[in-house]
Amino acid sequence: MKELLEGSMIVAKAIQLCRPGVISAYPITPQTHIVEELAQMVADGHLNAQFVNVESEHSAASVVLGSEATGVRSYTATSSQGLLLMAEVIFNIAGMRLPIVLTDANRAISAPINIWNDQQDTISLRDAGWIQLYAEDNQEALDFHILAYRLAEDKNIMLPVMVCMDGFILTHGIETVDMPTQEQVDKYLPPYKALYKLDVDNPLTLGPLADPDYYTEARYAIHETQKKALALIPKLTAEFAKVFGRNYNGLIEGYQIKDAERVIVAMGSVCGTIKDVIDELRKKGKKVGLLKITSFRPFPAQEIYEALKNVPKVAVLDRSVSLGSFAPAASEIKACFFGKTKKPKVISSFVAGLGGRDITKDSIKEIYSALTQKEKTCEFIDLKPELLKENYE
Amino acid sequence: MKEIRIHARAGQGAITTASLLGYAYFTKGMYPYAFPNFGAARMGAPMNAFVRVDSKPVRLRSQIYEPDYVIIVDATLMRGFNCFAGLKEDGIAIVSQREGVEIPKLKAKQKLYVIPANDIAMKTIGRPLGNTALLGAFAAASGELDIEALTASVKQRFSGKALEGNIQAIQQGFDFVKNIKK
Repeated sequence: MKELLEGSMIVAKAIQLCRPGVISAYPITPQTHIVEELAQMVADGHLNAQFVNVESEHSAASVVLGSEATGVRSYTATSSQGLLLMAEVIFNIAGMRLPIVLTDANRAISAPINIWNDQQDTISLRDAGWIQLYAEDNQEALDFHILAYRLAEDKNIMLPVMVCMDGFILTHGIETVDMPTQEQVDKYLPPYKALYKLDVDNPLTLGPLADPDYYTEARYAIHETQKKALALIPKLTAEFAKVFGRNYNGLIEGYQIKDAERVIVAMGSVCGTIKDVIDELRKKGKKVGLLKITSFRPFPAQEIYEALKNVPKVAVLDRSVSLGSFAPAASEIKACFFGKTKKPKVISSFVAGLGGRDITKDSIKEIYSALTQKEKTCEFIDLKPELLKENYE
Repeated sequence: MKEIRIHARAGQGAITTASLLGYAYFTKGMYPYAFPNFGAARMGAPMNAFVRVDSKPVRLRSQIYEPDYVIIVDATLMRGFNCFAGLKEDGIAIVSQREGVEIPKLKAKQKLYVIPANDIAMKTIGRPLGNTALLGAFAAASGELDIEALTASVKQRFSGKALEGNIQAIQQGFDFVKNIKK
């Protein structure tokens, strides 16, 4: 049924439909509405789950680690500093192969303090072993949570999934979505039956010491599973389409890409703005397209190679930075083409939209115009040079 | 596609206003995208809420710089700040009346409606929350929405006395503009 709701309410409803048994979270802007709504649902008896109040994000992550270890479907949500405070536990959750789903309302990282959107928080945890899916709009945010549990709990995967949605732009954006029925979700997402769990009758240790004789294999196994997820995601999205009627590739999405001479690569809500700009440029006869990356972990290198190998010029738009190096997505996109014969002549890298600086249609047009023969490395868009002058005299 | 920019101070209900407006469009089968932009995260700080609406899902995620309509909930914001910046050549501005605030002159084809929204709200709701009166005025001034759509919108938000008051406020805001237009 079509409903008009705030992004946070949409996610809360999606989680309700997924029937988690334990939810634990600590409020942080712009994630707060999601867990407030879930707490309300639990209090009102509309969701049969235990909501555990905690004093910090580190504890929230620890609670869901524990509950998931007992074989109960668990959920948490956070943002920015909250995700960083969870970081230690985040790595543990993946290492212990616990299929938790977490929503991150993407937000900038301090200092300076900034409550607004960029993607630095989740990008900074890309190596934790979690699967990371980035939503373009609130329909995707809704659908990806349902997909996330199915993917995470698959017995060949058993890895946690982070659904990343742009803070404020999506979490506080009121949009029309097609809300699935409980029957549809139940059909797609069966009750969780843990492969292994903490059980007093069958004692088990999770996350013990693994000395140099064992540690490498534990990490290798996660790496191999990430590759398996690359193959599984398109199968799960195909099944998703049959139940819900919405088609996702789940790894990447091409828009106007077939004959494109210039392609912009991006993740998250900015892809919508880019699509509007592409339509405008196409009307003027410019052959331009978008490659949206949905799954950043696992990174779909082969799919990206196939999509871009015949495109002469590629621009990668990062909404985060790897200070002192190449921009995060840009360096990985470039890596897809090293040593290949077929490849773009130019792969330029742009950084925009940090700490909530608005990415306008003009920002995208500037990237398009700057995508020339001369390759750009980590070029900041909409930079204000007047703010960079220093004077300590 | 139509774009509406709401100017208010944090705590004055701009997000609710945007959400009510969005829902009214939704009842007409349109696809709204209503969203806020916070300045300093504290009560009383100037902030914006936006509604972008189209007959198909809205993809554009930037703020609104060239609105078709501006709704100014707190006229004191116009002291030292141009709330009409970027308003389309034939754009319409709906301003909540406030004594002692000078309203800048608009361009020839632009239209300005100054609504005694807080007076209407005091009479109908009993509190100086003129937002729904402004929505009624917006509907009459723009021709974008009818009373029924706005009524449906407040019905999913309020109940009892608050609902009755807001329905009256919408009607009186609407009638105020209709009488000017006559």
